[in-house]
Amino acid sequence: MSDEYVFQVRFHGRGGQGVVTSAELLSVAAFLDGREAQAFPSFGSERMGAPVMAFCRIADVPIRVREPVTQPDAVVVADATLLHHVQLFAGLGLEGYALINSARSWDELGLAEMARRHYLERLATIPASDIARRHTGRPLPNACLLGALAGLTHVVSIDALERAVRERFTGAVADGNVAAARAAYDYLGSAAHA
Amino acid sequence: MRRQLEGSRAIAEAVARCRPQVVPAYPITPQTHIVEAIGAMVRNGSLAGCEFLTVESEFAAMSAAIGASAAGARAYTATASQGLLYMAEALFNASGLGLPIVLTVANRAVGAPINIWNDQSDSMSQRDCGWVQLYAADNQAAVDLHVVAFALAEELSVPVMVCVDGFVLTHAFEPLEVPEQDAVDAFLPPYAPRQVLDVDDPVAIGAMVGPEAFTEVRYLSHYQLSQALTAYPQLCDGWQRPLSMVDAYRVDGADTVVVTLGSVSGTVKEVADEFGNVGVVTLTMFRPFPYAEVRKALGAAKRVIVLERALAPGAGGIVSADVRAALSGTLAEVSTVVAGLGGRAVTRAALRRLVADAMSGWLGERLVFLDLRDDLVEQQIDRMRQRRASGPQALGLLRDAGIPGSRIG
Repeated sequence: MSDEYVFQVRFHGRGGQGVVTSAELLSVAAFLDGREAQAFPSFGSERMGAPVMAFCRIADVPIRVREPVTQPDAVVVADATLLHHVQLFAGLGLEGYALINSARSWDELGLAEMARRHYLERLATIPASDIARRHTGRPLPNACLLGALAGLTHVVSIDALERAVRERFTGAVADGNVAAARAAYDYLGSAAHA
Repeated sequence: MRRQLEGSRAIAEAVARCRPQVVPAYPITPQTHIVEAIGAMVRNGSLAGCEFLTVESEFAAMSAAIGASAAGARAYTATASQGLLYMAEALFNASGLGLPIVLTVANRAVGAPINIWNDQSDSMSQRDCGWVQLYAADNQAAVDLHVVAFALAEELSVPVMVCVDGFVLTHAFEPLEVPEQDAVDAFLPPYAPRQVLDVDDPVAIGAMVGPEAFTEVRYLSHYQLSQALTAYPQLCDGWQRPLSMVDAYRVDGADTVVVTLGSVSGTVKEVADEFGNVGVVTLTMFRPFPYAEVRKALGAAKRVIVLERALAPGAGGIVSADVRAALSGTLAEVSTVVAGLGGRAVTRAALRRLVADAMSGWLGERLVFLDLRDDLVEQQIDRMRQRRASGPQALGLLRDAGIPGSRIG
């Protein structure tokens, strides 16, 4: 199966931020949308705060390939402080999507050159930690970033994402994360955000 | 019902539906999620009739499983890497005593240097411990193989090791079906031991055997283990999904065939599809070794590439030695490719180059290391030539390579 039939997402963040959970939840949402999906982590030494990656592939036929995603269709960055330590956008095509957890713009993050080369409407920053704190009381950006990714790419539906979050979490934690995801989804659906 | 599940979670649920009665456990990455989940199921009552023992080591875990199994209980545990090595003495006891224990190995490299990532050095190091070894190519297979493993173990009174690539499978979420309790109950009858420790009918299990009968004991263990070659396909016939001993993919008319085992199989199949005239043979059963089935699957191949996730230092391939024996008398060229050690990703790009090298005739019967960084190796060899006190190798290599934190793949 050629890669053109697979939507590949790479998540970057730091240990403890829920990056692995993000990839897993995205795969569950895609599955609930009736699609095939695969999610897996790229573990380093599993320390809190160390750079971590996780991957998700989404397709309409069973996914057999298991190599890490080196040519992503979308990159999600949970921690903007990684920008100058890790090659976050390695392999991302000019038509690719990129989403950064930050209150700052691409220009303010020093990514003006990248923003000029890419499709601007496929790049976004979102203050996901702030939105998460508002809705859940904790600055864990993953559900919010997934809502934003759904708004940006429409690779999964926001309803499936909500179900995926509610399968994993219960009570106030689930409600808060769903609210954060929907807020991010709406945010990406409206204003200019790069 | 198909669900999107983590491999470890799915394995734990499948094991629970096999109704184990004793699960002694000791944690080690990357198998920990499996026994954690089973422990939670015992605690919340969803796995009834099971005693979950937290023990002090892997040696104790297998020893407790041996005791439980000898007392007539269905026993299960899981481990990986150094944990499997620490179990080694007890592994030989389990098989020597003919106890049908099922063990999950979440395959991981063996140190030193310490490395928590996936390869198959751990289970391959226990190749000759007298256990059946089954390797899962994906998480659906991992789930199904555990159910079959209990049935096979108890049918033959031999222990069975189900090898599941650590992280790549254990930590992967993918769609799969955990069989329903009814289906497992219908397939797997309650454990009826051949031998049991019973205070009302005392016997000794594991009596000392001297030269007068030790060869016969070992002959019988070989005989009994080899029964798996017929018992496994018969059991699989009665299972709800197809399971093979040797999976032959696109081998008809293929001059070049890649032989492998475990989770890399899917990536290799993707590359085989691109070439069109390349076959893939995936071994699910490695012990006992299915010589006849491998020879049949590789029948017409001119070039056989054995892709190994472990290394026999000083010799080369582990699996390829058996594949060569299976092909003896044929004209097939067999090469050994050591790939994906300590978590290095086996990529389609590397496999494309490898297959092209094979087709050009360059590979021949060589031993090669996929994606080996010659520059690093040569620098270190130079250093060792130049200075007696060349220092720790691992440090030297890391320094030459730079900090790999930002490397992808």
